[in-house]
Amino acid sequence: MTKYVCKRIGYALLTIFLISVITFTLMNLIPGGPFMSEKAVTPATQAALEAKYGLDVSKPQQYVNYMSGLLQGDLGLSLKQKGRTANDIIFSTFPTSAKLGGISILLAIVAGTALGSLAARLRGKWGDQLIMVVSTLGIAVPSFVVASTLMRIFGVELKWLPTMGLSTPMHYILPVFTLAFYPMAYITRLMRSSMLDALNQDYIRTARAKGVSKFSMLFKHALRNAIIPVITYAGPLLAYTVSGSFVVEKIFNIPGLGREFINCITGRDYPMVMSTTIFLATLLVLMNVVVDILYKVVDPRIKLK
Amino acid sequence: MNTNSDVLLDIKDLHVSFFTPAGEVKAVTSVTYTMEHGEVLGIVGESGSGKSVSAYSLMGIIADPGKIVGGSINFNGHEVEKMTEKEFRKMRGSEISIIFQDPMTSLNPVYTIGNQLTEMLRLHTDKTKKECEERAIELLGLVGMNEPEKRMKQYPHEFSGGMRQRVMIAMALACEPKLLIADEPTTALDVTIQAQILELMVALKKKINMSIIIITHDLGVVSDVCDRIAVMYAGKIVEIGKTDDIFYNPKHQYTVGLLKSIPKINEDTHERLIPIEGTPVDLLNLPAGCPFASRCDKCMKICLREMPPYTEVSEGHVSACWLIQKEEFEKTQGGKHDA
Repeated sequence: MTKYVCKRIGYALLTIFLISVITFTLMNLIPGGPFMSEKAVTPATQAALEAKYGLDVSKPQQYVNYMSGLLQGDLGLSLKQKGRTANDIIFSTFPTSAKLGGISILLAIVAGTALGSLAARLRGKWGDQLIMVVSTLGIAVPSFVVASTLMRIFGVELKWLPTMGLSTPMHYILPVFTLAFYPMAYITRLMRSSMLDALNQDYIRTARAKGVSKFSMLFKHALRNAIIPVITYAGPLLAYTVSGSFVVEKIFNIPGLGREFINCITGRDYPMVMSTTIFLATLLVLMNVVVDILYKVVDPRIKLK
Repeated sequence: MNTNSDVLLDIKDLHVSFFTPAGEVKAVTSVTYTMEHGEVLGIVGESGSGKSVSAYSLMGIIADPGKIVGGSINFNGHEVEKMTEKEFRKMRGSEISIIFQDPMTSLNPVYTIGNQLTEMLRLHTDKTKKECEERAIELLGLVGMNEPEKRMKQYPHEFSGGMRQRVMIAMALACEPKLLIADEPTTALDVTIQAQILELMVALKKKINMSIIIITHDLGVVSDVCDRIAVMYAGKIVEIGKTDDIFYNPKHQYTVGLLKSIPKINEDTHERLIPIEGTPVDLLNLPAGCPFASRCDKCMKICLREMPPYTEVSEGHVSACWLIQKEEFEKTQGGKHDA
């Protein structure tokens, strides 16, 4: 197990290194630069700015400089938000996104698993059809449509829920639902099909012959066998969602990391692009390791090598 | 019909059908038999003959879209055909248990053996957690597992097929049921293990005085351990009787055919096995007469028109074949000539 984890961390570091190289290259291939604006900048000012932010050296040197900073925990200065470091921006916005995303994914996993199992149990009946219709909607309708519809109904017409910011628990309801809808729908469908498969297995017949209740048959005997695809999906999903959704944060006016991520790309804020990408990559790689370990916890037949 | 108090199971005119999009598949038609306490009954037949379905109906575990459509089942004082799912749940495992064909897939792969064994006890007894565990260890010892304490913490994939079937037996017998249904318990096992598993079942049967129904397509398997044998064909019992009657005095042509197709190892001849020609009938469209008629060497005109009645050949030996009627008729005719 320890050997396995060490090996995985080694691979993870390699992956993150490759991602940093690719990101750096692609980022510099995008035309334009951080100091271009409608107002013309004199060559002297341009040169001074580039010198201040270390953009006057060769590209490979810039990469080396950035990476050596990264290894010391310094993600660099933001080129656009004066006086703020990338560390400061990421660690002040990430908790907001993480909290919102975490709650959403928890909801998506719990509700998706339960609804999917239920749909499998009720296969072909109207309950199953209803769940399938809702989950198809969840997959087909984009989040900005969900968000604006919810805001219109619950915020504007009924005036039940606030629509801007995250100041009280009530504020969380609409963005959480918007964020959770798609993954919940996806997990429901995954769960339904793998549950149908599990319910047809011989060990379910054995459980039935033992006199096990329907609830225990579904949620003890079948669920643990059927949940592997959900775990596979939920790991990377968690990484993506806690790192913030641009659309949801923009619509609900939430100061999260998702917004920063998009803004820094459009603004060619090089250190921010590198830092946010590497941050997301690290989260993703980490979640994949967690998923692999969870497989082993759920299914004893799986061997970690 | 036997009506004394020794009767554990009394099935009368049982009909089970599967309602498929193509129509009603009559998996079991007009099955009637009784079983006594401590008896071992073998149900023999080829795939699709209704042997498993007839047994599953006793426990209410017929797969969808199957249903009991007629007849009555009296088991240990229960009117099974009228029972609700809740009543079934109480009865399954405690009064009637089952061992399935494939031990490799019949145990849940993600729970330990101990968990699955104690679950049975937790469901049907008032024992504490510790008592359940002690009993489970005792059961594993009973079915011949070494180091039972260690086995409790292991998972099914760490066991061989024979060991898993032993676990299935231990689980089935945990609550000392009155009836054990063994659905092809040895088909998926090595020949050497087959004998061990059968012997184990019979030995344990004596300990707790239960009855066993062994479902199989292998006459060799049942010959040693069964008191009686029922031969099923196309959803019907075509012949039932004491094991010796079936082996040495078969009356139905299907039984005769089955016996001819068993390889004999004690005879030093290179005799060819004689298979039964043809294929089983379509259960969607059962023929009017005897279902075996189209494959029978001695088929007569009446066989195609009418189902033969059940005739008691000797005590407890019942068969449904027109040839028996013909023999009886010729006997009486011959008698008249002499007179």
